[in-house]
Amino acid sequence: MSDAVISGTIPRPAGSRLRGLLKGPLLFPILLATLLIVVIAATAVGGAGIPLERIPAALGLADPVAMTERDRLVLLSVRLPRIAIAIIIGALLAASGAIMQGLFRNPLADPALVGVSSGGALAAASAIVIGDRMTAHTAPLPFAVLPVAAFGGSLVTTAILQRLASRGRTTSIAIFLLAGLAIAALAGAGIGLLVFVADDRQLRDITFWMLGSLGGATWEKVSLIAPFLLVMLAAVPFIGRGLDLLVLGESEAFHMGIAVERLKRVAIVLIAAMTGAAVAFAGVVGFVGIVVPHLLRIVIGPGHRKLLPASAILGAILLLAADTAARTIAAPAEVPIGVLTALVGAPFFLVLLLRQRGLAGL
Amino acid sequence: MSVLKVQNLSVKVGAKRLLDGVSFCVAQGETVAVIGPNGAGKSTLLRVLSGEIAPSSGTVLLGGRAPQAWQPRELALRRAVLSQHVTVTFPFTVLEIVRMGAGDRRGKAIDAMAEAALAAVDLSGFHDRIIGTLSGGEQQRVHFARVMVQLACGEEAHGPGLLLLDEPTASLDLRHQLDLVSVAHQCAARGTTVIAIVHDLNLAALMAERVIVLSNGRLAADGAPSQTIDDSTVAQVFGVSSAVGLMPQAGVPFVLPHRAERLRA
Repeated sequence: MSDAVISGTIPRPAGSRLRGLLKGPLLFPILLATLLIVVIAATAVGGAGIPLERIPAALGLADPVAMTERDRLVLLSVRLPRIAIAIIIGALLAASGAIMQGLFRNPLADPALVGVSSGGALAAASAIVIGDRMTAHTAPLPFAVLPVAAFGGSLVTTAILQRLASRGRTTSIAIFLLAGLAIAALAGAGIGLLVFVADDRQLRDITFWMLGSLGGATWEKVSLIAPFLLVMLAAVPFIGRGLDLLVLGESEAFHMGIAVERLKRVAIVLIAAMTGAAVAFAGVVGFVGIVVPHLLRIVIGPGHRKLLPASAILGAILLLAADTAARTIAAPAEVPIGVLTALVGAPFFLVLLLRQRGLAGL
Repeated sequence: MSVLKVQNLSVKVGAKRLLDGVSFCVAQGETVAVIGPNGAGKSTLLRVLSGEIAPSSGTVLLGGRAPQAWQPRELALRRAVLSQHVTVTFPFTVLEIVRMGAGDRRGKAIDAMAEAALAAVDLSGFHDRIIGTLSGGEQQRVHFARVMVQLACGEEAHGPGLLLLDEPTASLDLRHQLDLVSVAHQCAARGTTVIAIVHDLNLAALMAERVIVLSNGRLAADGAPSQTIDDSTVAQVFGVSSAVGLMPQAGVPFVLPHRAERLRA
């Protein structure tokens, strides 16, 4: 009889040793190493191809003989900020999805589903059409208007939802979810109306927004959006355990010492801020928030203290990989990133669902 | 010394009174069964005692304070609750669920507590099973183990606490029902106060040294099983005519129901 049996632990099935390592100490090193590899690949690939061996020189890390001014310009002011934005937005999307799924105790919940993203997109589309009319086509819209509108739209949508779902001090998650579906439909109708009245140029802008894009990344944008990532990472230790206990139900979480209403408020504000920031800079990029946490739960289990930071890193990896593909597949043209994530994400999600159905024997 | 004082407790939802002027005290280490027909206010009483809802009028004092006056975290170290149905949507393992009872605490001591709790509910060796793959009764026992870990942590911090059980035996087979009764007795022997809603009158008589009978939100009877579980109470409160006897050695009443009667108003 083996030691494992004597000590009372049941032997795990074959293949779960690797899973044990992934679940345990190797998880974050592996994720971070993968992120690093994808970053290096993304640095070397692109329309203005810079071979891998010229990158250290361009960054001033090696003998500058091989360096060209063009390499440096492409890398420092175009490619690197875009990589940084992709990492941040991927992390925000995946982590906000994971938080929302924990909050709703539903692995299919997603900020895009309850209209938080649509609200942001509606505000952005309104800014494009109405703002354009107000400036009477004389001047281009100021750079900051769109992100601010999108961010505001997401926050306002969440505030309305929160209000609809709250009575006194308690928030009904079911009402929140259902009202969110209605609001998403309403926002979709609003966007449709704007598309109807928009002229050709506005239409192109709106479409661009709805399909999502990481183009036009600058260090300025990176510095604007980075704080949201930091706030989220700082919040993880405080909400991780609460979300774990919430899985058992609101009453049970309260019985075990969680201030449930405060937890729900904090989670909702975080979701709104993170989704709003992501929509503000990249438009609507779907499926990252559903697929990433789903995939991780299969490997590392559903505990939020690990799931939230791991989702952030895997989200960053996947969105960076997707964006790199988006700007190289049809170079010099770019495939909209939202189209690409949906193209890859939706079938992948179906596979996950079918696999689960198989496991559950349904 | 009473750890729990309930005085003139009423709970109203709209115009409907769910609880109406209920008063009782519970001493430390007592085991109390709450019985009564559906809609008598048993679950409402448990929710008030657990601090989940506030009374409309009257007072509840747990360790000298209203449950709402405690921080949730502090309250959790003084009372633990086993609900009737807990659904876990994510694939947590049995051990992860049981460890949740310990809050933020981790380490060898908690692992030992979890181990002991799982052994007490006859689930040793189930650590790595996904909770959703277990049967209803097994899941209920996992949650009981989680509550035991919470009680044990509270006991370390502030001494024995209060254990509230909402129909803990509903989905258990006969043997595990009796196991649960004996675990509840062990808790009580260490000083934990146990209050349980029980539908099975025989089990209530077996488990508790005191029975509180609720009917239409009011306290209909309160006393030892032999005083509260008799054919007239069963007829009046439940509308069932029955033969009530005494078990030979223990002197505990048992109920053999045989016909539903029209309820007397």
